[in-house]
Amino acid sequence: MRRLLTATALTTMAWTGVALADGHGIGACLITKTDTNPFFVKMREGAAAKAEELGIALSTYAGQVDGDHETQVQAIETCILDGVSGILITASDTSSIVPAVQQARDAGILVIALDTPLSPIDAADMTFATDNFLAGELIGQWARAAMGDAAEDAVIATLDLNVSQPTVDVLRNQGFLQGFGIDLGDPNVIGDEDDPRIVGSDVTNGNEEGGRRAMENLLAQNGDINVVHTINEPAAAGAYEALRAIGREDEVLIVSVDGGCPGVQNVADGVIGATSQQYPLQMASRGIEAIAQFAEDGTLPEATEGKEFFDTGVALVTDEPQDGVDSIDVAEGMDLCWG
Amino acid sequence: MSTSDDYEGAARGASGDVARFEDGRRGPVAAFHHALHTTPALVPLLVLVAAILAFGALEGSRFFSPFALTLILQQVQIVGIVAAAQSLVILTAGIDLSVGAIAVISSVVMGQFTFRYGLPVEVSVLCGLALGTAIGTLNGWLVAVMKLPPFIVTLGMWQIVLAANFLYSANETIRSQDIAEQAPLLQLLGTTYNLGSARFTLGVVVMIVLVVVLAYVLRHTAWGRHVYAVGDDPEAAELSGVNVRFTLISVYATAGLICGIAGWALIGRIGSVSPTSGQLLNIESITAVVIGGISLFGGRGSILGTFFGALIVGVFTLGLRLMGADAQWTYLLIGVLIIAAVAVDQWIRRVSA
Repeated sequence: MRRLLTATALTTMAWTGVALADGHGIGACLITKTDTNPFFVKMREGAAAKAEELGIALSTYAGQVDGDHETQVQAIETCILDGVSGILITASDTSSIVPAVQQARDAGILVIALDTPLSPIDAADMTFATDNFLAGELIGQWARAAMGDAAEDAVIATLDLNVSQPTVDVLRNQGFLQGFGIDLGDPNVIGDEDDPRIVGSDVTNGNEEGGRRAMENLLAQNGDINVVHTINEPAAAGAYEALRAIGREDEVLIVSVDGGCPGVQNVADGVIGATSQQYPLQMASRGIEAIAQFAEDGTLPEATEGKEFFDTGVALVTDEPQDGVDSIDVAEGMDLCWG
Repeated sequence: MSTSDDYEGAARGASGDVARFEDGRRGPVAAFHHALHTTPALVPLLVLVAAILAFGALEGSRFFSPFALTLILQQVQIVGIVAAAQSLVILTAGIDLSVGAIAVISSVVMGQFTFRYGLPVEVSVLCGLALGTAIGTLNGWLVAVMKLPPFIVTLGMWQIVLAANFLYSANETIRSQDIAEQAPLLQLLGTTYNLGSARFTLGVVVMIVLVVVLAYVLRHTAWGRHVYAVGDDPEAAELSGVNVRFTLISVYATAGLICGIAGWALIGRIGSVSPTSGQLLNIESITAVVIGGISLFGGRGSILGTFFGALIVGVFTLGLRLMGADAQWTYLLIGVLIIAAVAVDQWIRRVSA
């Protein structure tokens, strides 16, 4: 098996044309979950641009589908063989990847987790990510402010990611509820709140199809839902279709997280009330800078004050700004959007 | 001399009756067994009715309303259409893992041809359907002529089509609002009709019509009987004069076309054209087929069973969600249903003595 892996790794290396030529330049690897999702495409663009600017040889790898753990391990092994200075990784399986990451760190490589923290978070040298709790909190605060007094009688549904409740899912959901002023119970669990304003939650797999189905299921439970939290913008678009089918699309406030271009356009069109925008390009370009710094003098990147990770920022995008909630308008959101 | 030739002398005292199968007294269990054996769609139908009654009893009018019951139809329409295609293939003792990928690439072609190249939307839809049919035909050719195992062929095709889908579309979503404005025909199958509080979409109608037509064709046309014959025993079918190659290729091609239609219905359902949708359609369609009582060994089962199988999954999904159960329970119960369905299938196949 190991021989097979090494052979595969070597073949992959040959295919991707890793520059082994001089052996003295700084090398870096970017390993993403997939190379099809626009979020990761933007990440790669950010890394490639910064690497070129700093004269770093960058190799990129990706799993075939989200959840393709095996390919990511192979990629790490290839990067170790290649003798790079640093690895940027968005892990598909945040705990199973840890031994491979440790192997790289033992080989003196700086490993930075992008977007998704490893579990435990200190398994990587540093994490460059969006503060997903804050992202959720911003849309929660905005929704409450936008509803005014009606927020006391809100009928809330949350459309989450999947049944395994990954960290990002929990953080966005609980952040939203906290922002809306709901008692969280255990902040590590979705669905244990006892506030009567919450109708329920359902899973969407983060796509349009799942968003529509989940919204329909929750509407069958309670047809008066008027606030909907969604894990991301495709799920929000699906939820909107379900509401449009029963003619309630204008009575329901949908909020989301991501900041992809179609999502921001949907904010402009009134499909989504507000969305928290994250910045994958920042994550990758800051990551490359950190690798360059590390290769030069061994400095390790530091976490943002008061957090366990380096916060790459988040901004609320809406054309209906509310007092006390910082936001940027759609035009600015469009300039910064990805995908 | 003549006495030594009297070979049949020993049989002189035997009964003169023609040999026949014993058609004796059947107990109620045996009679039920026989009924299940001759009507394969009966088991899933009974399970479906029982599930609807059970959830109706547990949740009352919230579940037992025209709104909720027709919602189930809307939620299963895509899987239902794809499962019809899957049924055809499985009846020939094959399997098609590429169905979901074909549906998605068809929908992407319909969208991108309209928005990227500015083709008239009618032409784009036809191109999408034609692509689905072409991929299906290629599957069929590899299976029937190259004699490759269907599992391998469609496993490969699944990867190829999915990768082509992402490469071609760059994973760009075409938004619902843009489609509604510029190419509403793409959302045609999402058109909704209200009958009181019952709601039907054109996609649901297409699914039902498709199932009824296929059920008729499979039962009452030569082609349909050939499909069963090829699935049961291809060599015997060949010797009886069935054109096995043509039958197989036409089955895979038809399956591809039906997947193309599913891709069109998908746009109607989610409003947008999204290259990431439909990832689980192959597994979900096989689930519906298995719960519907079609034998994975081919040649046995009915497409109505598949339709009921898809509805059973839909009823459990919505019913459990309305009860507020964790979504994980739905998957667990569907797993139980799959194994139970195959166990029942084995029991039915044991022909009573």
